[in-house]
Amino acid sequence: MADEKQSLFGAVIEGAAGLAGSYAATLTHLFRKPVTEQYPEYKRPMPTRTRGRIILTRSPDGNERCVACYLCSGACPVNCISMQSEEGENGRRQAAWFRINFARCIYCGLCEEACPTLALQLTPEFAFCKDDIADFVYEKEQLLVDHGGKHPDYDFYAHAGIAAGTPKGSHIDEDEPVDVKSIMP
Amino acid sequence: MTVELLIGAGVMLVKMAVALAVALGLAAYMILLERKLLGRFQVRYGPNRVGYFGLLQPLADGLKMLLKEDIIPDGVDRRIFLVAPAVVAGMALLAFMLVPFGETLTILGHAVPQVIVRTNVGLLLVLALSSLAVYGLALGAWTSDNKYSLLGGIRGAAQMISYELALGLSLVPVVMRARSLDLSDIVAAQSGLPFAVTEPFAFILFIIAALAETKRIPFDLPEAENELQAGFHTEYSGMRFALFFVGEYVNMVLLGALIAVFFLGGWHGPVLPPIVWLGIKVLAVPVFLIWTRASLPRLRYDQLMALGWKVLVPLALVNVLVTGAILVAA
Amino acid sequence: MTPLGALFYLFAALGLGAAVLTATRRNPVHAVCCAVAVFLSVGAMLAVLGAPLPGVLTVVVYAGAIMVLFLFVIMLLGLPAGDGALPPGRFLVPATLAAATLVALFALIGADPTAKTVLPAAMAGPAAVGTILFDKYWLAVEAVSILLFAALAAVMLLGRGKTGRKIAAAGGRAA
Ligand code: SF4
Ligand code: SF4
Repeated sequence: MADEKQSLFGAVIEGAAGLAGSYAATLTHLFRKPVTEQYPEYKRPMPTRTRGRIILTRSPDGNERCVACYLCSGACPVNCISMQSEEGENGRRQAAWFRINFARCIYCGLCEEACPTLALQLTPEFAFCKDDIADFVYEKEQLLVDHGGKHPDYDFYAHAGIAAGTPKGSHIDEDEPVDVKSIMP
Repeated sequence: MTVELLIGAGVMLVKMAVALAVALGLAAYMILLERKLLGRFQVRYGPNRVGYFGLLQPLADGLKMLLKEDIIPDGVDRRIFLVAPAVVAGMALLAFMLVPFGETLTILGHAVPQVIVRTNVGLLLVLALSSLAVYGLALGAWTSDNKYSLLGGIRGAAQMISYELALGLSLVPVVMRARSLDLSDIVAAQSGLPFAVTEPFAFILFIIAALAETKRIPFDLPEAENELQAGFHTEYSGMRFALFFVGEYVNMVLLGALIAVFFLGGWHGPVLPPIVWLGIKVLAVPVFLIWTRASLPRLRYDQLMALGWKVLVPLALVNVLVTGAILVAA
Repeated sequence: MTPLGALFYLFAALGLGAAVLTATRRNPVHAVCCAVAVFLSVGAMLAVLGAPLPGVLTVVVYAGAIMVLFLFVIMLLGLPAGDGALPPGRFLVPATLAAATLVALFALIGADPTAKTVLPAAMAGPAAVGTILFDKYWLAVEAVSILLFAALAAVMLLGRGKTGRKIAAAGGRAA
């Protein structure tokens, strides 16, 4: 730069061309259709794996999937999930109450990763504002939905857990229970 | 005698009210225009929510500003802090009294000049008012007790003194051609060709210097956002902050009016009525300024000073000489 | 008293008051503000007297440029600002000097018979001032401008100083 001497005339021409170029560029932009998406009228479809509001899903037969194992609660880095486990009428574990404080949640998705029953899932819904911060504490009734979320066909109790109402060993891919006395050496 | 005086005072009041309303209304919508146009220059929409096409946005903004808390930081010089924004806006508004809207009208046998104050030093008065506006900026910045503000204020003061010289000098050829400092006479002198055609260099120099005087984008160092936060108005909030902006946008309109008067032939123009021509010319300038804002980056401070002192002032002086030579030869 | 005369005295009083404040303020910025008020009222007084051009020039040059420079320097220096007025004891010497100057001024004006003639109002229009300046006093004007130019050149030279050359020698760009 320093050693190549430009004539004054050349510098003026170059500068003027530069100015004109930038004016021209903005002028062409003026006649382009804006790329802005008009948000409330047009909502961009979010990818299904977007991490938004959390739901508790049900298995295809309509039962709650959550077995109150506390894994999500343990995985949550901000400790915003709390629950109390209890035993249901059919002998299965379930959550007596289940609470997520969305005011604290950072939507990291670790709870979803931790959940062994695919009960807890994050949905793409992200715009749920409240006037009162206390309203962000969602109870189990608000979290429960009546579908299977991202995995509509999965049924945890068809694979594992206690077999309520059906004989032992009736889970999918499960062997018949072995009579311990018959395998004595 | 008394009746005459009363009528005169009444006419004067009406003219002031009209000028004030037009200036403030235009300034408010200038903000909307700037935001809209800037949006389109950047391939987005700009404000379009409040009212049809965003037309009520200025009202909403004004309301918001009025309702905001007016924060006065600790350690400021209260009197100066409170008055400074009003100086900026006030000087800009005052200058409108000198802008002629049209020929002298005759209403009911009374000659009513379409200008609030017609004086034979109008051009100098405009320069005086624009040079006083720097106090609002510098004092507001100094008293804010904030280093960013202070830097902005120092830059503003230095920039405005430097470019005032180029501004004044670029107007000398206009005065030489019009042979008057009276704005109405200057317009009358352009009934043939506007001075923008006969004095193109003065025109360009004036626009550049005026851009610096109004602190618009290539020269907006006093408020350079990315290095000084907001420069001289960092500490201002609420309506006082808005006053700085009213000042800036009134200045933009004023600049449009001045360029129209000095260089574009004021209200002269074919076919359309004079006031429409004046309106078109007054609005064309802010549109150009907004376009500039969308197109050009900010200068560095030393570039700004070098441009002012080493390019604009000498060029303006040469221009004065050349114009003198041409006028003497003709 | 004519309305114009009343205005004149009003501005005179304003200017005088502002001048006293300018002299007594301890905060330099307040002093500058008051000085600006002084120049504004002087400009207004001149305009009331029928000399708008000198009036406006006073405002442009003194209030618009020189006081801004004062302000600029004060801002740059960042002096610790005092408050309120100076103690009256400090005024003894300057006040005496000022009073002596004032008396001398009055005496001189009183002694000069031509000073008492009232200027015709239109005399001080831009054209009249220009004619007088460049026809009658052109030599003085040119002398002053040459003097100013010399001062400008000297300041440029001083401002460049040795640092400019050093930077140039170091391979950088001298301003
Ligand atoms: S998304 Fe993250 S922060 Fe939110 S509840 Fe799940 S684990 Fe906790
Ligand atoms: S949601 Fe999933 S991880 Fe959490 S307690 Fe229920 S089953 Fe366990």
